[in-house]
Amino acid sequence: MLDAIYQYQGQLIQGLLTTLAVAVGSLLVGSLIAVVLAPLAIYGRPIVRRIIMGYVGLIRGLPELLVIFLIFYGGTVVLTNVTGRYFEVDAMSAGIAALSVVAAAYLTEILRGALLSVPAGQWEAALALGFRRPRAFRLVVLPQMMARALPGLANQWLVILKESALVSVVGLEELMRKSVVAAGATHQPLAFYLTAACLYVMITGVSTILLKAYESRLTSHLR
Amino acid sequence: MLSPDLFEPAFIAVKDGFLLTLVITIASFCLGQILALPLALALTSERRPVRLGISTYTFFVRGSPLLVQLFIIYYGLGQIEAIRDSYLWPVLRSPIYCAILAIGLNSAAYSAELVAGAIRQIPAGQWEAGKALGIRYSVLLVKIVLPQAYRAVLPAIGNELVLVMKGSTLASAVTVMEMTGSARVFVARSYAPFETFLIAGTIYLVLGAVFGRLFRFVETRTAIPGR
Repeated sequence: MLDAIYQYQGQLIQGLLTTLAVAVGSLLVGSLIAVVLAPLAIYGRPIVRRIIMGYVGLIRGLPELLVIFLIFYGGTVVLTNVTGRYFEVDAMSAGIAALSVVAAAYLTEILRGALLSVPAGQWEAALALGFRRPRAFRLVVLPQMMARALPGLANQWLVILKESALVSVVGLEELMRKSVVAAGATHQPLAFYLTAACLYVMITGVSTILLKAYESRLTSHLR
Repeated sequence: MLSPDLFEPAFIAVKDGFLLTLVITIASFCLGQILALPLALALTSERRPVRLGISTYTFFVRGSPLLVQLFIIYYGLGQIEAIRDSYLWPVLRSPIYCAILAIGLNSAAYSAELVAGAIRQIPAGQWEAGKALGIRYSVLLVKIVLPQAYRAVLPAIGNELVLVMKGSTLASAVTVMEMTGSARVFVARSYAPFETFLIAGTIYLVLGAVFGRLFRFVETRTAIPGR
């Protein structure tokens, strides 16, 4: 049992790196979208606010797997129509796109809540001291907002990491897919799936410890 | 890009999976909630080994993807001969039962942490007052602690039901033709992803909204008047 895993350890590590790449990529793209959407969801025109909240509500109600399928198969159809010849979306781009679209909705909610929790007095005080709005945001509001958003962001990172396993269903060679292939080749599914589970738990465990440490540093002034 | 005449066959294809989605969702949710209470009591237990054992379980379940857990149960357990010979085999051989078991066990870990959190929030004075009045532990739990804990955690349990519904899509990865699985098969045949997934997505949204309504109804019914 163990020598089968030993034999496939290179493959599993490669898969693990792909998993991390998809998860980090989705977190970054999702955060970029959310950073734009969250302030718009508070300060934007009513119509913009409604569209953003509609998007958030829509994504929250849809299964992630369905979004992945929609982007993977839908993207293939769109690109084939646009380019005029058969064009298959690669699983990596489809995976990152799908997980980003999903994560952006949740991250928007997290950042919106954090932004709302910064008291209006902080804005007013900064403006009264002669800061211009962008500077007041960057130096006064943003640090407080991030301290409040961090637990939610940390949680979302763990969610993305686990969701990335779903991309294996459309064929991305990440940890889960590599385990499926190895399990099929060696007829040892239990060993490989348990190994994969342990690797996931290891990453989430280490992430949790690091993020907790960072959080306590960031909020040391609140205690 | 959307062709209206594909909507009807797409709807018929997706509709076939609806019942399975509903069955898997409700069965897994019930299994999860039934297991969550004893697990939550173990998590708040005064005995350290009990607490440690169960928190290890929730740590592993919450730290790994549901898909891996499903594959461990469906593909992994069948590898052990003792299980293939046991009377559990007819259950563990069926992908539907395995999906229900995997999603239920997963939901149980998340729900247990929720309920345990609510139990820890109950002021110690409630326990002490109960004990001072000579109320037995079991009565104290059922009449005083749990009603307060569950009222606090009810919205989160409603949320958990929607998460279980979303998790039920993973059953398609072990050949169960629930709604997402049937949708995917129809897409492969018809090459109409937008029409099909649009319909499936709408049904999921409606189902989620119905679940949300249901829980808000239960919440208002169980709320303490005047609070």
